[in-house]
Amino acid sequence: MRYVLIGNSAGGIAAIEAIRECDKKGEITVISDEPRIFVRGKPHINYSRPLISYLLGEKVTLDKMPYRGEDFYKDNRVELILNRKATKLNLKKKEVVLAGDRKLPFDKLLIAAGGMPVIPEIKGLNSGGVFTFTRLADARNIKNYIRTNKVKEAVVVGGGLIGLKATEALMELKIKVVIVELADRVLSATFDKKASSIIENALGRKGCELITNNTVVEIKGKNKRAEGVILKDGKKISASLVIVAVGVRPNIELVKNTPIKTNKGILVDAFLQTNIKDIYAAGDCCEAEDLLLEMKRPIAIWPAAVRQGKIAGFNMAGARKEYPGSFAMNSVELCGIPTISVGETYPEGKGYQVLECFDQKNSVYKKIVLKNNKVVGAIFVSDIERAGIYTGLIKDKVDAASFKEHLLKEDFGLISLPKEYRKHLVAGEVAVI
Amino acid sequence: MVKRIYIREEYCMGCRLCEVHCLVQHSKTKNIIKAYKGEYPKPIPRIIVEEKGYVSFALQCRHCEDAPCLEACITGAMYRDKKTGAVLCDEDKCIGCWMCIMVCPFGVISRNIEGKKIASKCDLCVGEEVPVCVKNCPNEAIVCEEEK
Ligand SMILES: Cc1cc2nc3c(=O)[nH]c(=O)nc-3n(C[C@H](O)[C@H](O)[C@H](O)COP(=O)(O)OP(=O)(O)OC[C@H]3O[C@@H](n4cnc5c(N)ncnc54)[C@H](O)[C@@H]3O)c2cc1C
Ligand code: SF4
Ligand code: SF4
Repeated sequence: MRYVLIGNSAGGIAAIEAIRECDKKGEITVISDEPRIFVRGKPHINYSRPLISYLLGEKVTLDKMPYRGEDFYKDNRVELILNRKATKLNLKKKEVVLAGDRKLPFDKLLIAAGGMPVIPEIKGLNSGGVFTFTRLADARNIKNYIRTNKVKEAVVVGGGLIGLKATEALMELKIKVVIVELADRVLSATFDKKASSIIENALGRKGCELITNNTVVEIKGKNKRAEGVILKDGKKISASLVIVAVGVRPNIELVKNTPIKTNKGILVDAFLQTNIKDIYAAGDCCEAEDLLLEMKRPIAIWPAAVRQGKIAGFNMAGARKEYPGSFAMNSVELCGIPTISVGETYPEGKGYQVLECFDQKNSVYKKIVLKNNKVVGAIFVSDIERAGIYTGLIKDKVDAASFKEHLLKEDFGLISLPKEYRKHLVAGEVAVI
Repeated sequence: MVKRIYIREEYCMGCRLCEVHCLVQHSKTKNIIKAYKGEYPKPIPRIIVEEKGYVSFALQCRHCEDAPCLEACITGAMYRDKKTGAVLCDEDKCIGCWMCIMVCPFGVISRNIEGKKIASKCDLCVGEEVPVCVKNCPNEAIVCEEEK
């Protein structure tokens, strides 16, 4: 059996582990268009993508970037092709064509090609000093640029997760940051107004300026170096570094003009298989089931990519496993304030009940969203202790009618849950998220 | 051999001895007075005692077979020990992002933020024959058995 995996990150690596659990013999080849990194002469062959902001902000050194150790590929007998792009799929011949024309035949293929940064229409994007922020190379290039150009001021376009993570890193480097966000607040995709306001206040206290309901229309530069940006309303901001972080979208380049069906992402069934037999997809590039919204959509988060990669791997290796679905969730610490958001955090429409406590002065906020007595969403700011219990209730769609009034109590715990459910949980039969 | 800690809430008296022993076991000095009064970062227990009215029980990581924390960990710090099957956190690699806290359905991972930020959880007392909470529970409200 020849397995070919496109993508050497969360999805691809989880698939390797799953395949090897079931099939010790088959040949596995993994392709990535990202290069090897050398740390003191030692090669690193994969890295944790969310860590790039920690690397930029000098909170983590290069040698702490790898997600799996050096021996991972040897131990799992994987042929790894790095720094090489897959450019074409030949479905009839069942082969992947690589840049340089090498062809890789496969029996089972996984596409775990991740996401691509969205590039908005801005004039002067090629001014120099303009970067997106999704790859290790971006972090290193930004770092070099900051050093050679002695950057003191930056503009970050987009106040979502990646934009804020970039902002935080730049502030660590003593760079003054202005965030320009199209929506009326930061983190508008996952937070409600109260949660956003806590983070906005904290950013302000640290000297970061936030401009909302606005966007950058032009970047002005000279000699391969940005000098400033012009906003929709004509306002000018001086900056020698611009980071564009307005979102990521599924990377479906490779399957364009093939019979593989896509919507926003590559469409997969409950076994992570595409509409073409033996071709699977997982992670940020695909659209799999959202357990809460009961529809297919891309959920671009690490845990979902791992889960999908794992299930796809099992199915590719012949162990039939169904994907139970995921839902949006994230844990982000910003300005030293931990936050967790899960599921439907700002519901619109009828039939929802919201429980909350808000202490703006101390930056503490807790919110639980219920629908038909089931928890469907939650936000925790500052006090995130035991948040996973709520995530579990959401995933298991537990009827919370009998313990609703305890949900926000200080001492909420498994003890607040019905004895039956508690016993089921601790007996060890945990379904997985 | 995979060990598992079983909880018998009917026997728990809520005395919290397990918590004390857990904290001391995970201190640098392993001395109760120094552990509580002189260590930095201050050790924290990795077991949680929940109590309400007459009911109480001690709860620690279940070392889940299909562990959500392993999938959610963005750094690869959370890993399964091949020999014992225990789910452990490589504190050197951990960056305190709390993805694991977000997904643990038992709520048994705590933030340890006094020194370097790290996720703190039960490690089944690496190197001990029997975890100290089990060894020191006066009423066998938590017991350790090899997995059936
Ligand atoms: C700055 C930042 C912070 C983040 N923080 C968090 C967080 O806190 N929590 C969270 O849950 N998620 C976070 N994410 C999102 C998370 O990183 C992604 O969800 C996750 O990496 C998806 O994994 P993946 O395997 O689907 O794809 P990716 O990680 O995007 O990897 C794609 C892989 O495919 C390869 N590839 C793509 N196209 C080709 C091709 N044509 N040929 C060969 N190889 C190809 C790439 O080289 C790479 O190996 C963050 C992302 C960023 C950028
Ligand atoms: S920390 Fe939580 S999710 Fe992870 S193995 Fe332990 S009980 Fe399971
Ligand atoms: S806090 Fe540490 S162990 Fe937990 S998910 Fe983050 S890096 Fe992994």
